[in-house]
Amino acid sequence: MSKMILSAAFVAGAVATAVSGLSTAAVAQDAKEKCYGVSLAGKNDCKAGPGTTCAGSSTVDYQGNAWTLVPKGTCVSMSVPDGRMGSLEPLTRDLPKS
Amino acid sequence: MVDHPSPVPGRKAFAAALLAPDLPVPEGVVGRDGRPAGKRFAVYRNNVVVSLTESLKATYPAVTALLGEEYFSALARLYINAHPPQSPILSRYGAELSEFVATFAPLAAYPYLADVARFEWAWLQSYHAADAPVLAAADLAAVPPEALAGTILTAHPAASVLVSAFPVFDLVIANRFEPEASGSVDLSESQTVLFSRPDIDVMFRVIPAGTAALAAALLDGQALGNAAEQAFEADPAFDFSQGLSVLLAAGIFGGLDGRAA
Repeated sequence: MSKMILSAAFVAGAVATAVSGLSTAAVAQDAKEKCYGVSLAGKNDCKAGPGTTCAGSSTVDYQGNAWTLVPKGTCVSMSVPDGRMGSLEPLTRDLPKS
Repeated sequence: MVDHPSPVPGRKAFAAALLAPDLPVPEGVVGRDGRPAGKRFAVYRNNVVVSLTESLKATYPAVTALLGEEYFSALARLYINAHPPQSPILSRYGAELSEFVATFAPLAAYPYLADVARFEWAWLQSYHAADAPVLAAADLAAVPPEALAGTILTAHPAASVLVSAFPVFDLVIANRFEPEASGSVDLSESQTVLFSRPDIDVMFRVIPAGTAALAAALLDGQALGNAAEQAFEADPAFDFSQGLSVLLAAGIFGGLDGRAA
């Protein structure tokens, strides 16, 4: 088979078509977000990073530095008892006593 | 067994005896009466193998389902002896299981098993890969048209391609993700699977030959123009824009030309 050389214009045209089909809304509708401070003790999910095995490791209800996956856009509107709210960033409230 | 330098005397002999029941109880393992604690060491030996077997079952649920718990446990015992852990991190244990299965003579009649194991290992690598941002379609759209063919898209850490001569996707779905679903698997099919984890959940899907060649070349660090040529060589009827759109949507790229997205 002879070596095919694609023209730059062909590549550019195909990329333009590919990209136009993908709006930012192409992000899956069931996207989730990490919500801190809303999980019961022992029910947190975990960061999927190298060597981490901390799922279910929280020891305090609504622990501020433990998170749970929730549907995207719902975290900060989640309230837990006593007026506490969910957060997309780790919180300093309700940490286990060291 | 890996040769870790250790300040603890006798550690190597202790480790070696753990996986070799024919070796004597290591020196220094004694009961309160000062005599070798054979029974207690046997309990510990058993716990080591059982816990590693449990770990392998957790990593390879589809292989376990295909072989049955009993067969898998027996296979795991042989595997553990041939491939003791090389790292204290249990989630990294079991990388060689696919090769072990592929060369395990009694399973020669089931050649698809090794690919099922490769799928489950690839899934785990994607799951444990570092979180990283995904290249947005808009960033690619911002590249000047004349520069696109020479553009390199960097691989996202959770992305990979698994080429199989078997219907590996259907086999794993039927034996791991949807075990209750009815329907048969056509073993004459070949499936290539794309893994990615743009967000929290591992995504995997079957991709056709052209898209697979494009993905493999791009993940290998080749420029867009070269990668497209390889895709057309794999499939002359390849739909380039559709294939690229699938890869972008799956989130297998982290950025452009080494610059993070």
